[in-house]
Amino acid sequence: MADTAEPLGAAAMLSGRKPMPESWFAWMLIAPALVFIGFIVAWPLVETIRLSFTNATLGGEDYVGVENYAKLFADPKFYQTVGRTFYWMVLAVSLKLVVGLIGATLLNAAIPGKALFRILVMPPWVIPVAIGVIGWKWMYNGYFGLISGLLQEFGLVDGRVALLATKTSAFYSAIATDVWVGTPMVTLFLLAAMQGVSRDLYEAAWVDGAGRWYRFRRITIPQIMPVIVSMALLSAIWTFNSFEIIWILTEGGPRGATTTLIIDTYKVAISAQRFGEGAARAVVIVVLLAVFSLAYLFVLNKVNRHYGAK
Amino acid sequence: MMMDRLNHWQKIGLYIATFFFLLYILMPFIEMFRVSLRPMSHLMTADFTWWSDDFSWQAYRDMWKTVPLLGRYIVNSIFIASAVTALTMVAVVPAAYAYARLDFPFRSLSLGGFLAVNMFTGAVLLIPLYRVLRSLGMLNTYWAMIIPGVAFLIPTGIWLLRSYLEKIPRELEEAAYVDGASRMYTLRRVVIPLAVPGLIVVATSVFIGAYAQQFLFAITFNNVRELQPLPAGLFEFIGYQDTTWNEMMAAALTGVLPVMLFFLFLQKYLVAGLTAGAVKE
Repeated sequence: MADTAEPLGAAAMLSGRKPMPESWFAWMLIAPALVFIGFIVAWPLVETIRLSFTNATLGGEDYVGVENYAKLFADPKFYQTVGRTFYWMVLAVSLKLVVGLIGATLLNAAIPGKALFRILVMPPWVIPVAIGVIGWKWMYNGYFGLISGLLQEFGLVDGRVALLATKTSAFYSAIATDVWVGTPMVTLFLLAAMQGVSRDLYEAAWVDGAGRWYRFRRITIPQIMPVIVSMALLSAIWTFNSFEIIWILTEGGPRGATTTLIIDTYKVAISAQRFGEGAARAVVIVVLLAVFSLAYLFVLNKVNRHYGAK
Repeated sequence: MMMDRLNHWQKIGLYIATFFFLLYILMPFIEMFRVSLRPMSHLMTADFTWWSDDFSWQAYRDMWKTVPLLGRYIVNSIFIASAVTALTMVAVVPAAYAYARLDFPFRSLSLGGFLAVNMFTGAVLLIPLYRVLRSLGMLNTYWAMIIPGVAFLIPTGIWLLRSYLEKIPRELEEAAYVDGASRMYTLRRVVIPLAVPGLIVVATSVFIGAYAQQFLFAITFNNVRELQPLPAGLFEFIGYQDTTWNEMMAAALTGVLPVMLFFLFLQKYLVAGLTAGAVKE
């Protein structure tokens, strides 16, 4: 990429003026973006790390060393929360990918009406997440919610089921909603990737007598694998960090059953205003996500090399 | 084409599968609409009934009384998302150009730094963000909901627009230079007009991002009712014993309608914007 700039410099030379050095100009152009990131992401990140070594509250703060971390790592509940968060992430992301892949395959099929179907998949994605979740909260309602109602209608349960009131059902209900929020985007990404696969590959395979399933497995999947893999990472990060879905549905309850790291951090830092302890949790999240992303990118690299060669 | 030909049963199977897929996607909307049409007293009756013969638009009239600021919330939502989009684009356009065309020290390193921002969300950085916004006097103002949103949307914006700008032929810029135009003039008068379709695509996807995430910053950094966006405004009414669900659903659907209609017209750009980054690799 370094060579791309050459012609412009040469052209400027031709015009006989002394231009501003290219690197100055470049940094000038990047400056607004840098200022935003600096103030809103970089500095707060540094500040979070500093705060995690203090006992900051609204009143004031003192340096306490690693006390917040020691307390956190000694708490068995914390490990449960970490485990739950990863379980939440892995399950929700896998489901998003599977449902999204099925959806993209359906929307990619040559059937009349597919243009309309592609539009109909979009609504959850173009509304505020919280609005869709409010709709789900109603559907999960035990007294008059749709799901409880339908389950009774079909005789699957006796009496009402308040899905958000028991630990297990609340967790899986939150997953179903999270998958719902994330699926349209995954679907549209995978659909775009499928449409980018060269027709020639399919035709060649078809001429050789390969069936639909074989073509899907041996052409479509490998060809869109890089998109699947990068989609998985993005979804994983978003799902890990997902706040409003759980907050609106259950606020982390019942009895902590849906408390992920983000919810726990919010409760400690914002609701209880124990800034120091909250910051320590935030740092743990950042470290876990960084390690996870790096490990993942390492795998991605291998996958790309494996599939990208052709 | 021959190889795409489906027999009857395959077609029927595909339609059935598509129906169930779309049912999952659209069910909450269908249910919200159904609930919005039913009187509260009937919603709460002992037995669940799917259909009822007393559907009415009453909730759509009452909601304005129950949620007096509803109109305000809807406008706030659109205003905040638009402001975030405008500010994000101001930062994204020059930066994307720099990464698409110029060579400078720390080029890839700084781009990687921008992309690493995607790893964070506001939720992790709330405490210091709160303090930053407080010291800037921005708490309980629109800025408290706009500024953090901008920062988290810049990286993806740069990434999307950069790949678009790289496709614009370089010769046009070179011609401008030969004619004696400055770099800034070339960017403003040559590159930006050529990049309009790409700008629309990126702005659309930034807007969606800004519109979707209007909850956390609003409930954390703002407690002035008049300034709340729709989700935060409605959240206040949700989850109580006497929540008038039919009106809340009516309000939620009415609230998202303007933007959804707008996107129906833009859906071509929408999909292109969303997927531009993915297909490139």
